[in-house]
Amino acid sequence: MTTIYLDNNATTRPAPEVLEAMMPYLTEFYGNPSSMHTFGGQVRKRIEEARAQVAALINAEPEEILFTSCGTESDNTALLSAVETLPGKKHIITTRVEHPAVLNFCHYLGRKGFRITYLPVDALGQIDPAALDGAADDATAIVSIMFANNETGVIFPVEAVAPLLHGRDIFFHTDAVQAAGKIPLDVKKTPVHMLSISGHKLHAPKGIGALYVRKGTRFHPYIIGGHQEHGRRAGTENVASIIGLGKAAELARTNLAEEITYLGRLRDRLEQGLLNSCPHARVNGDIANRLPNTANISFEYIEGEAILLRLNEYDICASSGSACTSGSLEPSHVLRAMDVPYTAVHGSIRFSLSRYNTDQEIDTVLEVMPKIIQELRELSPFGRDMKANSHG
Amino acid sequence: MWDYTDKVKEAFLRPKNVGEIENADAIGEVGSIVCGDALKLYLKIDKETGKILEARFQTFGCASAIASSSALTELIRGKTLDEALSVTNKDIADFLGGLPAQKMHCSVMGREALEAAIANYRGAPVQQSGAERVVCKCFDVTEDKIRREATANHLTTVEEVTNFTKAGGGCGECRPEIEKILLDIWSVQQPLKPLRPSKMTNLQKIALVQEVVESDIRPRLQADNGDVEIIDIDGNRVVVALRGICSGCSMSAVTLRSIQEKLRERVSDDLIVEEEK
Repeated sequence: MTTIYLDNNATTRPAPEVLEAMMPYLTEFYGNPSSMHTFGGQVRKRIEEARAQVAALINAEPEEILFTSCGTESDNTALLSAVETLPGKKHIITTRVEHPAVLNFCHYLGRKGFRITYLPVDALGQIDPAALDGAADDATAIVSIMFANNETGVIFPVEAVAPLLHGRDIFFHTDAVQAAGKIPLDVKKTPVHMLSISGHKLHAPKGIGALYVRKGTRFHPYIIGGHQEHGRRAGTENVASIIGLGKAAELARTNLAEEITYLGRLRDRLEQGLLNSCPHARVNGDIANRLPNTANISFEYIEGEAILLRLNEYDICASSGSACTSGSLEPSHVLRAMDVPYTAVHGSIRFSLSRYNTDQEIDTVLEVMPKIIQELRELSPFGRDMKANSHG
Repeated sequence: MWDYTDKVKEAFLRPKNVGEIENADAIGEVGSIVCGDALKLYLKIDKETGKILEARFQTFGCASAIASSSALTELIRGKTLDEALSVTNKDIADFLGGLPAQKMHCSVMGREALEAAIANYRGAPVQQSGAERVVCKCFDVTEDKIRREATANHLTTVEEVTNFTKAGGGCGECRPEIEKILLDIWSVQQPLKPLRPSKMTNLQKIALVQEVVESDIRPRLQADNGDVEIIDIDGNRVVVALRGICSGCSMSAVTLRSIQEKLRERVSDDLIVEEEK
């Protein structure tokens, strides 16, 4: 049995082209890019090429990209940089549905005396940019709003937020970890100050990320030490992974239009197929504004961990926002913020696709899933409620 | 990924005794769909011998909840009701080769469903909701249940109590209270100090309100990324503003009520806590 991997918002398979580009820098070209000799210097040149490749993915200038160790570091850096460079300002605006990399850093700053505004989302998991107007004031240092949500795939109107902050001394950061490589991003059109990218979400390895910092943006480093990355991020470069991220960004950029069509078609086939074959299933999230690879579906009256473990028997990988899978006792903060009904909040399954998924794999899931759902519903004491709530 | 034993996986993938029993002699129902797990146990009982002839279940929940339910029905089948009542949640977990610590509440749910079914059979009065003091409002866990499980399973930390009962696993506001219950169970009783002075001037009252808010209320809220600020104290009215994650939280009414309870307990019974308009 071969693995059917539908958990690409968690992490992705490193592309073979990426590994091929990286290998020489894990073997013969092991020089330190900061060294004066040619042996190290040739590595520096390749890092600069990778920087240009990552910049091209979001239509930035190469010097606006700095490499980090992961998406979380990029997010933490953006928030810390803002509050360090605007010392008098003690207010931050974000949303209730951010990734923990932003949310928990905001909680941390909250404990240090910062005032944090968490913007709500509606039942579709969408934010209202107008809410920002009332929330921002003279004390606001930074607004951090994700580009696309990792659980639902909902894309936020980041373009509409930027003009609201125009002319005010407020930084605007977006966590684009889930968006980069999946939808077009253009920092020339979307005037953010900072934007986070994570390598392993777009077929580069784990342990590499990038932060876009718009030219002219005041900046304060998070990791302090040597002069690497022009003093903006100390630490000897993760050379092979940087080169891998460059290659992954280039692959994503050149195939973007094609992949959006391909993944959108696969995803819609999966989603429609499941909605047709499984009664009492609902999609979580704003389907009109959503990443092409993500489907978040709640199967009512059953619990997500049980569904995942049954899927696991068929070597099918997905994820769930149920309490039992989060390691806590409460279901996902994103679904709770959306007020997903109590019959559905524990039974959410996220399928997230990549270029390596095939129609045959979707066929297998469509074949297996109705059986799993039916069996678990037969186990559930809420079968009667379900039938009572049936319409027709 | 949870570290489940092969027995848990087997009981989850191929559970025994699933479904309803028509005209069951006893039904025990615990948990709810809101809380994320629920178990309905059906028993067929021999009136002469008091033996459980058949036990079946329906469970909404994760793999370990389903496996625990299956294990329970296998453990009690053929036993008399009194023998069945001696089955503990630990027996259920042991039958499955153990459960992950955070999943022990699934075995407790099994034991509770059994108690509920037998009480139902013996015609024990249905417990009035609200008659017992609820400590954990998120998961509706009573002080009685916390005391019972903590004593039976030798639970000495709040985290263990959460693993076994879910209490304290939601907003976390009741954790200090669980700590108090544990202290009461496991430590040598200290003579109680009077909690509040019998007579106070207005200024003393204001100072004490401030002290309680600073030393007791704010740290608990801050631990969950919330906060509160005193805006005004006017006679017996204490006007506060909720901050951080508490502001605009759908549970803010509960938070305000618990602040009021705490202030009444420590300062004066006539205090009224209001949110700033």
